[in-house]
Amino acid sequence: MTESANFICIDGLSKRFGATRAVDRVTLDISQGEFFSLLGPSGCGKTTLLRMIGGFTFPDTGTIAIDGEDVTATPPNKRPTNMVFQSYAIFPHLNVRDNIAYGLKPEGLTRAERDKRVAQALDLIALKGYGERRPDQLSGGERQRVALARALVKRPKVLLLDEPLGALDKRLREAMQIELRQLQREVGITFLFVTHDQDEALAMSDRVAVMDQGRVLQVADPKTLYESPNSRAVADFIGTMNFFEARLIGIAGGKILLEAEALGRLEVSPPHHTVYTPGMPLVAAIRPEKLLLSREPPSGSWLNGRVISAAYFGERSHFQVTIQGRASPVVVAAQINAAIGDSVYLSWLPDSFLLLPA
Amino acid sequence: MRDRFGAYLLISPAMVVLAFTLAAPLALLVAYSFWSQQGLSVDTHPTWSQYAAIATRDVYRVLFLRSIAISSLATLLTILLAFPMAYFVAFRAGKSKFVWLLLLTIPFWTSYLLRVFAWKVILGYNGVINSSLIGLKLISQPLQILLYTPAAVVVTLTHAYAAFAILPIYVSLEKIDRSLLDAAADLGDGPVRRFFRVTLPLSLPGIIAAAVLVFIPATGDYVTPALVGGSDGLMVANIIQVQFGRADNWPLGAALAVGSLVLVAALAFFAVQAARFATARIR
Amino acid sequence: MNGMQVQSKHGAGLAAYAVLYVAFLYAPVLLLPLFSFNDSVFIAFPLVGFTTKWYAAMAQDEEMRAALLNTMKVGVAVSLAATILGLLAAKILARGLPGRRLFLGAANLPLFIPDIVLGIALLILVTRLNIPLSLNSVILGHIVICLPFAIAVLISRFDGFDASLEEASRDLGETAWMTFWRVTFPLVLPGIVASLLLSFIVSFDDFLIAFFLCGTDTTLPVYIWGELRFPYKLPNVLALGATILAASAVLIAFAEWIRRLGTNGAKEIGF
Repeated sequence: MTESANFICIDGLSKRFGATRAVDRVTLDISQGEFFSLLGPSGCGKTTLLRMIGGFTFPDTGTIAIDGEDVTATPPNKRPTNMVFQSYAIFPHLNVRDNIAYGLKPEGLTRAERDKRVAQALDLIALKGYGERRPDQLSGGERQRVALARALVKRPKVLLLDEPLGALDKRLREAMQIELRQLQREVGITFLFVTHDQDEALAMSDRVAVMDQGRVLQVADPKTLYESPNSRAVADFIGTMNFFEARLIGIAGGKILLEAEALGRLEVSPPHHTVYTPGMPLVAAIRPEKLLLSREPPSGSWLNGRVISAAYFGERSHFQVTIQGRASPVVVAAQINAAIGDSVYLSWLPDSFLLLPA
Repeated sequence: MRDRFGAYLLISPAMVVLAFTLAAPLALLVAYSFWSQQGLSVDTHPTWSQYAAIATRDVYRVLFLRSIAISSLATLLTILLAFPMAYFVAFRAGKSKFVWLLLLTIPFWTSYLLRVFAWKVILGYNGVINSSLIGLKLISQPLQILLYTPAAVVVTLTHAYAAFAILPIYVSLEKIDRSLLDAAADLGDGPVRRFFRVTLPLSLPGIIAAAVLVFIPATGDYVTPALVGGSDGLMVANIIQVQFGRADNWPLGAALAVGSLVLVAALAFFAVQAARFATARIR
Repeated sequence: MNGMQVQSKHGAGLAAYAVLYVAFLYAPVLLLPLFSFNDSVFIAFPLVGFTTKWYAAMAQDEEMRAALLNTMKVGVAVSLAATILGLLAAKILARGLPGRRLFLGAANLPLFIPDIVLGIALLILVTRLNIPLSLNSVILGHIVICLPFAIAVLISRFDGFDASLEEASRDLGETAWMTFWRVTFPLVLPGIVASLLLSFIVSFDDFLIAFFLCGTDTTLPVYIWGELRFPYKLPNVLALGATILAASAVLIAFAEWIRRLGTNGAKEIGF
């Protein structure tokens, strides 16, 4: 897998629909062979962005280049991209074989060559022998694979996937996530994957771009996104996060001293080389699993609270704990058995808190 | 923007055709109603004289009243008869719904002329009903009253427009969320009360649509009164046709047509409002 | 199945009504074929004897054959025109367009205007423009009344059409024109066939508009109307009528079956 960075160059892309800015000056660089996800809530612009890369919508401003070639104005049938549509868009009047072979016709391949490729594709998606079946005889998962094969058989430089797993049930979805990832590694093609499910994006991708309201908030690998989100919006979207409003009261020894609601004084390590000024409003954030729950007051700093809800998730339980000085309860993920109404103590290891702009 | 323009371009043949075959003729019709016939030609000076004639002369008033009476009665009968049928298909037919609907719609698509003619055959002096009754020794002389009366027109219209009523009523019954009926039962309603408090009000849009779909064309029907109405059963359309035939008074015919159209539309509108008002009060 | 307690007594009553109703609907119509085989000039009971002579006489009738030919010509022309116009309109209307409601309302207007009004209005137009009354003017009039049906059938076909199918075809390398041929057309074909058939039937059966617009060329319904004046010719008309009814019934059932191909039949209504 050659790592040529800037295989896909998106520069300053914008698109408006009426008064809404669906995509707002997006700039991204994607490497060849990457599994890259666009993640965000409904309406954040990720699908519009994908469609512009595929050629189904034309941008108002900006350029798109794939493998050095400017494709901004190229129609979809001439671009080196292929798309797996959210509805799969399997042609109902053709059988599986003809569906997969559909895009090979305009390429002018010989019958033998077409058949060979279709057979390879059927093998690849593990649907050997399904060639004569009609779409209405296929399950949702099978149709999804046919859509995939149909696109891959064209050997595109980039495969675009528009929430392809959304219609599948949980178990199938998780199986398909693994399969897709393996497939991508096998084939070596750049995958551009759109989803609103952050678990999915984090599980499958090399890198993820988190989007909201047409803008890219952060682009990073899953681990970085989870552990070092660059803003409240990203931190809130990826996983659950507890936010504590705070004010900067001092800087000493490379660490920031905060006065935080309910927590009192708190020391955090600053993640960025940002300019910090005294009195500056900030947010201290901590993941539920980084809060330690105990029945007795532990050593070090702690908070006392009452459990108001408990949800059992097998390996861990999620608790909501009300504490003094804070209106909304704190979410804690822990393995102890606490019941509603119990009095518990929250503590944390040093450097568990993230510092985010207000 | 390019897409939009292309879209309008695709519709434009249909729009042009519609403008030519629908808008222009109707506009001309209205124009004619304000003109007058002078001998062999048409005098295009605008005048209210046609409408004045219609409004003041008895013969036209009677004609309009009779037409409306006949079509109202036919509409009422059609709906009364169609409703249970539609109810059956919507609620009881189960898997054979498609078959029932097909059976009900096939007659609708066959020649209207032939269907009316069939009634002429049935109701005639030597027709099916009379000959059967005589054969069964129930009467000795054929009944005169069957044919060439307003009643004959009503019966024939009721039969002819059945499908216009069944389908809209069926659609609105079909749309009723069955769990609403379960809820009503759960809250204490027996089947009859449930029907009047839930089913009937919810099917009202369909009933109103059916009424409009039957009343408007029935009032303007030509073939039925012509074949089975005799001179007592003549309706507006027959007199209009005469103006375009031997009487050769196109402006009068146009005024009759426009007048009846407006009258019928107004009546339909008020009836719909009244029906809506009445049902809004069902609790 | 729907949770309502159906007492079998009421259920049977309603079912009996349904059967009676359908019988009422069909009885007059079925009388025509019945008496067309009856060996008597009078349409009355009791039946005299079986004969096919009326059918033979009908087949020989030159005037009838000419009228039939005219009606077929008109029918074919009208169904093609209405379907093409409807196809263009439905493709766009199914996607939503400002003014869609207005356009649909206008296109469906003929359904709400009595034929007599349409007939005379068209007669006025045609006369005013000095267009001679002929089959052509009939074709024009019929397009108006058939267009609502064509559009309704085709729109329902397009409504079930996944727009991303065309995008997928483009994505896979096809030009817009080839996309139409390989994807759009095959999928809409059942709707097109149904539209052609329904438009043909509506045109075939129309009497009043043809009556006003045909001039000296007669169509079949106009011919039948003329024959109704002669009592001794009644059985001929019956034979003709019975044949037409049979053919229509077959065509309609066929059209409906085709239209439902591929669409979710359970959600559809009669037409």
